Amino acid sequence: MKIRTLGRHAREGVKNLGRNGWMTFASISAVMITLLILGVFLILALNVNHVAKTIENQVEIRVFLDVLADKPAVDQVEAEIRKLPQVNTITFISKEEGLKQFKESLGEKAYLFEGLENENPLPDSFVVKTKLPQDTSTVAKQIEKIQYVSGVNYGAGTVEKLFTATATIRNVGIVFIVGLSFTAMFLIANTIKLTIVARRREIEIMKLVGATNWFIRWPFFVEGLLMGIIGALVPIILLGAGYFYLLDAMQTNITLALFKLLPLFPLVYQVALALLAIGAFIGIWGSLVSVRRFLRV
Amino acid sequence: MIEMFDVWKTYPNGTNALKGINIRIEKGEFVYVVGPSGAGKSTFIKLMYREEKPTKGQIFLGGFNVSRIKEGQIPFVRRSIGVVFQDFKLLPTLTVYENVAFAMEVIETPTKLIKPRVMDVLGLVKLKHKAKMLPNELSGGEQQRVALARALVNNPGIIIADEPTGNLDPETSWEIMKLFEEINQRGTTVVMATHNREIVNTIRKRVVAIEAGTIARDEQRGEYGYED
Repeated sequence: MKIRTLGRHAREGVKNLGRNGWMTFASISAVMITLLILGVFLILALNVNHVAKTIENQVEIRVFLDVLADKPAVDQVEAEIRKLPQVNTITFISKEEGLKQFKESLGEKAYLFEGLENENPLPDSFVVKTKLPQDTSTVAKQIEKIQYVSGVNYGAGTVEKLFTATATIRNVGIVFIVGLSFTAMFLIANTIKLTIVARRREIEIMKLVGATNWFIRWPFFVEGLLMGIIGALVPIILLGAGYFYLLDAMQTNITLALFKLLPLFPLVYQVALALLAIGAFIGIWGSLVSVRRFLRV
Repeated sequence: MIEMFDVWKTYPNGTNALKGINIRIEKGEFVYVVGPSGAGKSTFIKLMYREEKPTKGQIFLGGFNVSRIKEGQIPFVRRSIGVVFQDFKLLPTLTVYENVAFAMEVIETPTKLIKPRVMDVLGLVKLKHKAKMLPNELSGGEQQRVALARALVNNPGIIIADEPTGNLDPETSWEIMKLFEEINQRGTTVVMATHNREIVNTIRKRVVAIEAGTIARDEQRGEYGYED
């Protein structure tokens, strides 16, 4: 296609937007609402995923050994844990080391355990990390069966709950987005249908003098595309600004500062790109749906 | 130039509009298509510019097998045909000049070629001085001349006219017919469906009469032959 023709199609497409002003407005609003909700879910899902990953990476199995276990027994347990294929790292923590960590975790109240060094009640232990966080419970159960292991401890349940939450957010989001996308597409298709009806005579003449179908289609294609893109711009700005203020508020609020959210960039770029792509897709799809039905020779 | 072999057309509602049409129209001929209303004239005309597809049979037109071409090829067939209708089919928001230029623009003619060609054709139909007017500021005859200019502007080898004088008073009809004759003398094939007895009987040309879906008569320098 020639550049000049492209310019003509673009002009016609823009003109079409004005031809049915109110319907255009309704369609663009529908795209805006759809994409705004989509954007909120997208940001929510990405952040929950992010938090979940951070927590996942902290998941470890604490393996406590029998107090009676001597050096060869400890070595034997270590060797058996290493044999498990899902295990990534294993670190030995002696009872002295364990007490030190315990005291550190207590902070100011550590003095309560002052003097326990000579009569350390803690057993030797291992910290085991699996290659995949999802394998944690399986591995923990296998380690429990090894001789000289007196007990295992891992954050059973917490990780699973987080996974469920992420999945729920994702599914609810998908249902909303699919439903709203169809609504937006339907509205765009309808708006374009109106322009086509308004220009029926023009199209008839174009066909009679031998304009190709694509030549006739292009302006409507541009019209749909523009509605989709304009509909995406407003949500992008709102979401970008909203997220910026959210991050700002969380930084100054001490309790909320515990959650480490994704930084503004590149998140905003990614979301903007996704919304633009989906907006354009909805617009093009809507235009093609109505043009196809109307341009049968 | 135009050939039909055993062409049948049955509409989805079961109407047999055409039943085995065979015809050959040479390049440069002037042909009237006459016959009672509903006898198949319009279908015959529509088959030529591929508004309708034959149910059976073959149609050849300017090197295309119109009955067999793919949908994507139809526009290119139409570029070799100019079509004129009873109701002119002009765009009311465009000026005379723009209406004619439109036909060149939509087949992507280079811009610099458009203006001289449009002015040429407007000269031919004697409407150069009204180029900037809107269709509703013109008389019926003038509007039909604009439509004719639009049909001619892309230099088609064939002009197909469906009752071009149907909406015009007798005097204006003669003016339009004079233009058709002039165009025909320049070598363009003209196929014209008409109900105008006087014109057919005065400007004597080949007459093809279609009755009940078949060719009832095909005479050189024929007569209209109906009383209506």
